[in-house]
Amino acid sequence: MSIATEPAGPDGSSSSSDISTKPRKSLPAVTIRFAGDSGDGMQLAGTQFTDTSALLGNDISTLPDYPAEIRAPAGTLAGVSGYQIHFSSNDIFTPGDEVDALVAMNPAALRTNLKSVKTGGIVIVNEDSFTAVDLKKAQYTANPLEDGSLGRYRLVKVPIDKLNAAATADTGLGAKDTDRCKNMFALGLVYWLYGRPLDATLGYINKKFAKKPQVATANTKALRAGYNFGITTELFQEHYEVPKAKLASGLYRKITGNEAVALGMVAAAHLAGKELIYCSYPITPASDILHELSAQKNFGVMTFQAEDEIAAMGAAIGVAFGGALAATGTSGPGLALKGEAIGLAVMTELPVVIVDVQRGGPSTGLPTKTEQADLLQAMFGRNGECPVPILAATSASDCFSAMVEAFTIATRYMTPVLFLSDGYIANGAEPWLVPEVDKLPKITIHHPTAANDEAGFMPYQRNEDGARPWALPGTPGLEHRIGGLEKQDVTGNVSYDPANHERMIHLRAQKVAEIKPAGPAYLWNGPQSGDVLLVGWGSTYGAIRAAVQQLVEEGVSVASCQIRYLNPLPEQLGEMMKRFKHILSPEMNLGQLRMLLRAKFLVDVQGLNKVRGQPFTISEITRGVHALLRGNLDGHMVTVNDGPAPRIEPIDDEG
Amino acid sequence: MSIATPPVNVLKASDFASDQDPRWCPGCGDYAILAQTKKVLAKIGADRSKTVFISGIGCSSRFPYYMNTYGFHSIHGRAPTLVTGLKLANPGLTVWMVTGDGDALSIGGNHLIHMIRRNVDVKILLFNNRIYGLTKGQYSPTSEHGKKTKSTPMGSPDMPVRPISIAIAAEASFAARAIDIDVKHLEYVLERAAHHKGSAFVEIYQNCNIFNDGAYSYATDKQSKSDTTLYLEHGKPMRFGKELDKAIRVNQMRPEIVNVKDVPADELLIHDEKAPNPTLAFMLSRMRHPDFPEPLGVFRAVDQERYAQLVRSQSEQAVQRLGKGDLQALLRGSETWTV
Ligand code: SF4
Repeated sequence: MSIATEPAGPDGSSSSSDISTKPRKSLPAVTIRFAGDSGDGMQLAGTQFTDTSALLGNDISTLPDYPAEIRAPAGTLAGVSGYQIHFSSNDIFTPGDEVDALVAMNPAALRTNLKSVKTGGIVIVNEDSFTAVDLKKAQYTANPLEDGSLGRYRLVKVPIDKLNAAATADTGLGAKDTDRCKNMFALGLVYWLYGRPLDATLGYINKKFAKKPQVATANTKALRAGYNFGITTELFQEHYEVPKAKLASGLYRKITGNEAVALGMVAAAHLAGKELIYCSYPITPASDILHELSAQKNFGVMTFQAEDEIAAMGAAIGVAFGGALAATGTSGPGLALKGEAIGLAVMTELPVVIVDVQRGGPSTGLPTKTEQADLLQAMFGRNGECPVPILAATSASDCFSAMVEAFTIATRYMTPVLFLSDGYIANGAEPWLVPEVDKLPKITIHHPTAANDEAGFMPYQRNEDGARPWALPGTPGLEHRIGGLEKQDVTGNVSYDPANHERMIHLRAQKVAEIKPAGPAYLWNGPQSGDVLLVGWGSTYGAIRAAVQQLVEEGVSVASCQIRYLNPLPEQLGEMMKRFKHILSPEMNLGQLRMLLRAKFLVDVQGLNKVRGQPFTISEITRGVHALLRGNLDGHMVTVNDGPAPRIEPIDDEG
Repeated sequence: MSIATPPVNVLKASDFASDQDPRWCPGCGDYAILAQTKKVLAKIGADRSKTVFISGIGCSSRFPYYMNTYGFHSIHGRAPTLVTGLKLANPGLTVWMVTGDGDALSIGGNHLIHMIRRNVDVKILLFNNRIYGLTKGQYSPTSEHGKKTKSTPMGSPDMPVRPISIAIAAEASFAARAIDIDVKHLEYVLERAAHHKGSAFVEIYQNCNIFNDGAYSYATDKQSKSDTTLYLEHGKPMRFGKELDKAIRVNQMRPEIVNVKDVPADELLIHDEKAPNPTLAFMLSRMRHPDFPEPLGVFRAVDQERYAQLVRSQSEQAVQRLGKGDLQALLRGSETWTV
């Protein structure tokens, strides 16, 4: 169904005639945010809006933002849950810098989200929730709906509680149950506002509540009531449409980073002709990978929920020894626990893919917020000289290809591989051009069946890639022993010989240093030389790329290089950086890639650093580049926490 | 005490020896355990290529290097995790795990419990010498309360754990105990473990003649051993003493020692290793020298579903229900649109 031809009827159905007479305005791109209490169903409203927009053909990028507490006290600032969606008729790379329309279900949601709304933006509030008690919980001393403090915005006060209650009154459900349909009312209203059909969400409701017809009816009524309210109310004088995006042609679906990681693993197993065993201990924000994979049992996928992080890594090593594809997934604290066992995988040279979905640290840190501060842990967080190849996915959909590459590297070079994602791309969604399975590269694996030397089987005899043979227990004649003690070169026997130890350290280092990427080692945007090169890695790709686009339009001489293979780093990067006057590295940490680049290439890399649990906005990066060019970048952009609703302030141009 | 095993005998015990010379201290109890293990493997007709020894860290954990089978000498305490992963990848392998009291009960206590409760199909040989040998003589989780060691000059303040109590608390389907120098009985217990399907937990009293010599002299000394040990036999009364003149009776849920001639035969406690309820096995695991003779033999041997088999049967069920997975369909997902 296309929205370009006045499709939606009074209730959003595609067939009946449109009685709405309000003008419809076409916009190239819009960013909206649903915000409410953790119990208000904002994540669901957000994902439904995303699905509908994706199906309409918009490009999308999302940013779910929820508290670490499962149920923080209702109505408090700590309990606010939000979901931001950027949907567009152009290519987009980020969830949007500024919000065009905010839905705030209570005062706390308004307070924590208002600053993201652009001047003149729409603010839809559930005015029924602006009671004295809720205002107090949100630490408002005066009612913002009445004190004129929202003058910069187009305030739309909707009695959502009452309208929802009326719409769902005759469903036979109690007030508590009907009240839970509020999110559908709000969603229906926003659907009307942006000319979206209700079909996808109606389908979802009917499927989800197939066994609870009353609940299905109530949600349906609330959704339609919200939509119809948009048509009839005097509060809106116009509504909008965002036409389809011009994406490359093909079949698309919506995907999050965690989904793409899981699918990449299943695909890798298929391409290698092997079973996949994913060993993991639940941890935010990586647990969804475990959930996704545990549902794929008919694909030769097994999951092992281990007793702890160490066990998950140990079991993955056992899996690899046994000859299946082995993976484990975790976040920063779990990676720290796995360190010793990763060393064992390095010593025994077994292929295991270790996923780190990074979150705010140190320690428990900010479990539900994003950060990129595990790079140096991935690089060095083990005892001894313990090199591990590192790949970082640059977007939600890139997680798929990067995961297939990770298994390709792990099995070709017989090594554990660290795969870095983060909370932002793990939970954020975007459209994904579904790949054709037949066109994906096969993963070729060889298991020896005969001895490789006249004297018998030599488990540490290396091939041209420096990889040792992957001989599987159960193979007659190849019985051998491996372990964590230093190995004698070739034979693999325990050896304490000093010269052998040095040789083995060099062999292990060389093997990793000479790895050839199985996909693009970096993604380049812009000219090959100029004033500024932005060097990033991982999830900052979207914001950096969009910033480059804007800056180039402004006439700034800038390019960007997003590194996917962080170990080994692309050799040519040193030369490429020399062709720019300035190198700026935006990172969600205090300068970890910067440290590596400086150490390896002796280049004066500057940092643009943000550690607020939120991804970069485009303007933060463009402002950073301007500040750099004016010579007043102070190396980082941490700003003062201002009140109960912290948010990134635009960089102070005065440094 | 023998088990009917078909006389396969393809390989001799010596065929299971690798080309590496054992490096344990002369006189260490580990040698006897190594010898009996090879003997049992030969006796049951084990296939070297399908046999894997996995260990952690400690004196005992050198074991895999001395076996001409597949082997993995892993890291401290984590052997159970590797065992679990390996069995998931290939349930057809016969896996033996060799560990010690420090490796299994201190640093690896968590993993041991969870592997046993999952009933991963593995034979666990816990060499209990009640001391840290490899790190040269610190007290271990099984060292006696008050024991003076290098790290406890004034005596250990810790209470020791009882390995079989832990195994049974972790729902072990098989738990047994043997002594290193009682080689015939050790062979019997190892053979029983070899035949068990599921986690077969064997505590072996092992003498560390360097750092804890004589830890089990009460149970090995010719003079005292018949009074300090009790050989368990399924279906038989628990009798001990030189003339088997003493026995165990349960009185108000507690075991007590009685003279056989003083009590009616039907009051003597009969061993039942197959009892579904683990209470008896647990009670036996609490019997400690000097208050009681220490039971040797099989405490518990019951059938339980095995972990890797359960996991794989779920996969089979999924295939039956949904058909073999179609990757292209999975990648497409439920909602797509065409541009
Ligand atoms: S230290 Fe003790 S346990 Fe270790 S090898 Fe020597 S005697 Fe055996």
